[in-house]
Parts: sequence; C-alpha cells; structure tokens
Amino acid sequence: MNDYILETRDLTKHYGGVHALEGANFKLRPGEHIAIMGDNGAGKSTFVRQITGVESRTRGEILFDGKPVRFDGPLDAREAGIETVFQTLALADDLDVPDNLFLGREITKWNFLGPFRVLDYKAMRQATLEGLERTAVKIPNIKNSIRNMSGGQRQCVAIARTATFHSKLTIMDEPTAALGVQETAQVENIIRTLKEAGEPLILVSHNMRQVFDLVDRVVVFRRGRICADLDIKAEKITGEDVVSYITGARTQAGFEDAA
Amino acid sequence: MADQTSHGIGGLSYDTSKRTWPNEANVFIALVLLILGFEALGQILPYMDNQSMLLDFESTRDGTILNMARIRIVILQVAIIGIISLGVTQVIISGGIDLSSGPLVGAAAMIVMSFAQTELVNGQLNPKAVFGDWAFDLPIIAPILVGLAFGAFIGAINGSLIAFTGIPPFIATLGMFLICRGISQWWTKGQPVSFPSDQFAAIGSGMMPVVWFALLAIVLALIMKFTVYGKHTYAIGSNEDAARMSGINVKRHKVMVYMIASMLAAFAAIVLSSKNLTAQAGMGQFYELYAIAMAVIGGVSLRGGRGSILGTVLGAMVFGVIQSGFTFIKLDAFYQLMAMGAIIIGAVVLDQYRQRQSSLR
Ligand SMILES: Nc1ncnc2c1ncn2[C@@H]1O[C@H](COP(=O)(O)OP(=O)(O)O)[C@@H](O)[C@H]1O
Ligand SMILES: [Mg+2]
Repeated sequence: MNDYILETRDLTKHYGGVHALEGANFKLRPGEHIAIMGDNGAGKSTFVRQITGVESRTRGEILFDGKPVRFDGPLDAREAGIETVFQTLALADDLDVPDNLFLGREITKWNFLGPFRVLDYKAMRQATLEGLERTAVKIPNIKNSIRNMSGGQRQCVAIARTATFHSKLTIMDEPTAALGVQETAQVENIIRTLKEAGEPLILVSHNMRQVFDLVDRVVVFRRGRICADLDIKAEKITGEDVVSYITGARTQAGFEDAA
Repeated sequence: MADQTSHGIGGLSYDTSKRTWPNEANVFIALVLLILGFEALGQILPYMDNQSMLLDFESTRDGTILNMARIRIVILQVAIIGIISLGVTQVIISGGIDLSSGPLVGAAAMIVMSFAQTELVNGQLNPKAVFGDWAFDLPIIAPILVGLAFGAFIGAINGSLIAFTGIPPFIATLGMFLICRGISQWWTKGQPVSFPSDQFAAIGSGMMPVVWFALLAIVLALIMKFTVYGKHTYAIGSNEDAARMSGINVKRHKVMVYMIASMLAAFAAIVLSSKNLTAQAGMGQFYELYAIAMAVIGGVSLRGGRGSILGTVLGAMVFGVIQSGFTFIKLDAFYQLMAMGAIIIGAVVLDQYRQRQSSLR
C-alpha cells in the first residue's frame, strides 16, 4: 500500500486572470479524514474540481494511489475510485433514488444491445436498499422522484450514492451547508460510517464543530493557496486558531508564500 | 409543519399523500370526458338530430354498437402524425424541441417516392418518372432505406448542431425546417411524384398506418422505460449538468435522440406517401406542430425530463377526438384551428401549473 492515497504537487488552476488555485501541495493518508476550510472564494471547490477531473488543471501533478493521474472527467475519476458529492448536487430531479444512484453506471442485461441494453431495475433497487442501509439513510419510498424530496433527503441521496459504491476516496464539498440540524446529523453519521470502514475522506466544510468532531486533520485555504495544515487530533489547536488561519491573521510556518 | 409519521434519524420526512398520481391517468380522463362531451353536444345541439359520435345503434354492421367507420377515421387521422410525435416525445423529454419534422416529411416523401416508382401505369410508361429506367420497381427495401438514411442524416445534422455548437434546439430545427421545405420543392421543381409499385403501396394501405403507429409506440415505450437510452434521455432533460457529471456522453446522446426523431418522421413520410400513392412538396404542413401538440397534450413537459410514450399516445387520441369531434358538430375548419391552438396553450399552462405545485412541496 502506498503512503498516500492522494497527493497533489504544485496543483494550480487559473481562470484567465483569476488565480483560483496556486501551487497546492496536499497529502492524504489511507483511511484519513481531512477537512478543507477557508473563506468563500478561497479555492476549495476549485481544488475539488481539479482532483475529480471536472476541469483540466493549469499546472501541477496529481497522484492517486501512488500513480500520476489525469482524469478526463468525473466518470474517469469515479472509475478510478473517487466518489464526489459536488457542491451543486448532481441529481436528476425527475428520476427516483435508484436511478440517481446508478446514473451513468446502470446495472444492465443484454449488453449486446449497446445503447438499448436493458436496465436491471431489480438489481439496482436491491443495491440501493443495501447502500441506504449501510449508510443508515432512511428514505421511505425510493421509487419516488427526487423532486418531491426535501433538501436533506436529496443531499442524503447524493451522499448515499458515493457510499453505495465502495470507493477508495470520498470527497464532499459543503455537504451540510443547506441542511437542518437533524439532516446534518444524518450526514455526519454517514461520514462516521466511512471512517469506521477505513475509507478516506476529504470534507469541505465551514462548520467548525463538525470539523472538530469528525476529522483528523484540517487544511486551510486562503486566496487560492494552502496556508495551514493542522493536525487537530495530535496538537492542541482550537477553533479560534483555525479561524485566525482562515482570516489571514496567522500563517503557519512553512506556508509563508500564502501570506 | 412536522408531520407525525415522518421522523427518522436526520429528519427525513415523507408524506405519503404526496404520492404522485400518474399523469397519464389525467390524460385518459380528459379523453373520456371529451368523448362524453361531444356525445352530449350531439344530443343537445339543435341541428344535430340526436346523433352520436362514436356509437351507432341502427346499423350493427361491425357486430358492435360502436360506429367503427368513424373510429377508424379518427385513429387513421392521428396515426401518421402519431408516428412523428413518438420521436418528438423523446426529443422533448431530453429537453429539446424538433420543429423540422413536418418539412422533413415532405422532403423524405418526395425522395422516397422517387425510388418507389413503378414502370408501367395502365400499360403506359410512368408519366411522373423522376429518374431513368434503373429506378423503376426497385426492391421495396430500397426506398425504405433511402428514406430512413435521409432521416438519419437530417437528424444527425440537427443533433450535432445542438450538441456541438450549443445553439438552441429551437433555432437549429427552425433552420432545418426551411432547408427541408426547400429540398422538397427543389427535388422535382415542385412536380408531384406518383405511381409507386404495388409493394410500396401496401405499406400504408388500409389500416396499416395504425398498425405501424401501434408497433412503433410499443417499441418506443419499451425503449424509454427499460433501456439505458431511455434513462439517459430522461436524465439529460431533467438535469443536463447532473447527467454530464454522472459520466453520460450528453453530446453523443443528443445526436442519437435527434436522429431517431428524424428517422421516425422519415418513416411517417414513407407511410404517408404510400397511403396517398403520391408525394407532394407541401406534404406534412403543420405536422411538426401537431406532433408537438400531441406530446404536450399527453403531458410531456416542454421543460424536459417528464412525460411518457403512453402519454403521447393518449395525447394523440385526444387530438384525434377533438378534430373529429369538431367535424362531427360541424364546426368550420377555421374555428377548429383556433380551438386547437387554445387547447395546446391550455395544456402547457396546465403543465406549468402542475410543475409549480409540485415544486412547492
Ligand atoms: N469557472 C470559473 N471561472 C472564473 N472564475 C472562477 C470559476 N470558478 C471559480 N472561480 C473563481 O475562483 C475562486 C475560487 O472559487 P471556489 O473554488 O469556488 O471557492 P470556494 O469553493 O473556496 O468558495 C473565486 O474567486 C471564484 O470566483
Ligand atoms: Mg465552494
């Protein structure tokens, strides 16, 4: 097994003149849960999009499971074992839960029919129920279209989707930003399940309590650069410390170019 | 607003009263109500002499009390446009629109018929011959393949324009609308193309258009419900970004959707020209609009993602009943157009209203 499940070297993304991400060196160990924090516009989602192949990077290297990778799209990343809950939920409103879980990777029969191969609804429903059970997500009727579900339920579907497929790495971009207290608890439960299963996670979040409850390490982004890498389990670090890194009141030794 | 039944961990709530009533059921009810309405008008309107639209008590020719002659006319009338509307349905479900199908019918009919002509008409050389001797009495597969290939070609252009240049489907297919109408007039410089071989004439004779419509409707319904193609069509119409993020090749899929739509329109042209035994440059006028109307009446949402082939088939029947009903109560053609227009607008307004209702949760 490699020392790091994910490593980025000098990962950089410019949108024209906007330097959304600049020289990010980031490492994630197997089984580790890391939170990415930072102000709005700090480049967190941009970082996620580079790793998952949604966009092509300006510069830098990504090593996944020890091997350099260059994903052509989210499907590529997913096939390699990276499951992502994007900030803007990638769900089709008019489809039901199993359809959404398996969108783009349907279980099919009669595959010789090419694009007209037949959906194996039964197998997908079965796997969906198992996935929901595994993540303790309760959705009373999975045959209902997503449209009629609450924001929390939709988020849970998106997350259950990542958890249904045993992945090598799960990334969640602000999964609880729009959720109520109970729904947030539900999502946090799913994250704990992943931790117990030893599946690594990158969690983008603004919620300090959540971060301190759940993860092992906090990486802080500021204006496109990583400005701190905090081992919150080992060192004595408080929420106020993290805030001071986020706002720029402090910069960690070794990250001076971010100042 | 917390309801009693709904607490799981995480506050997942679900109200069974919001279970969705299938939209097709509404269309079916509308169909029944319309028939009853016209029957009632037949009894009420003073000039109607208590006639019945679909029932026939006096003659029991067909062994039923149904007026089979009229019912045949009703379904025959919608069958050919119905074939087009099957393709249009999946285009609309994918979030697009196809305005080119009517003129495509005209152009495809002209081209197809040119390859379906017979040599001798009443012992004389075919007076409408488009090509030389080689094109007479070709095997029936020839005109069919030419027609479908033409449809596939036009559909591929539509789909590629929409998928790869990003121009709105409305504009791309509007352009194709004019191009196809131009092709149909240019093909023989406006001359009708007539006198097909007997084999070709059999394709659309009698009730064959209805048979084709029913067959294709079943095939399309199965495809939309049970295949990856169908699922991805719904997904793209529902949320194109989500579809792309899920790894669906959205561009390729759109090209396929428009190709299938145009091939169905071309097939409708084959059936229509066979049924009429002739092809004319102006054929298929308004068909694109009627096909869209059938789908919309059948509950296919113009915003994409929602609707079904069954809905469209019911919509086509509603369409046919309205048309024959108007004729039955002797409403003049211009009133028919106006009423039809109002009904289509009404169907879309209803759809928007329903959509808003369901998004209010
Ligand atoms: N597609 C884009 N084109 C141009 N600028 C972008 C684009 N996406 C993000 N940005 C910019 O990049 C910066 C980082 O954005 P983002 O990664 O979304 O921040 P975060 O997720 O940390 O809130 C912002 O200044 C944002 O405006
Ligand atoms: Mg973001």
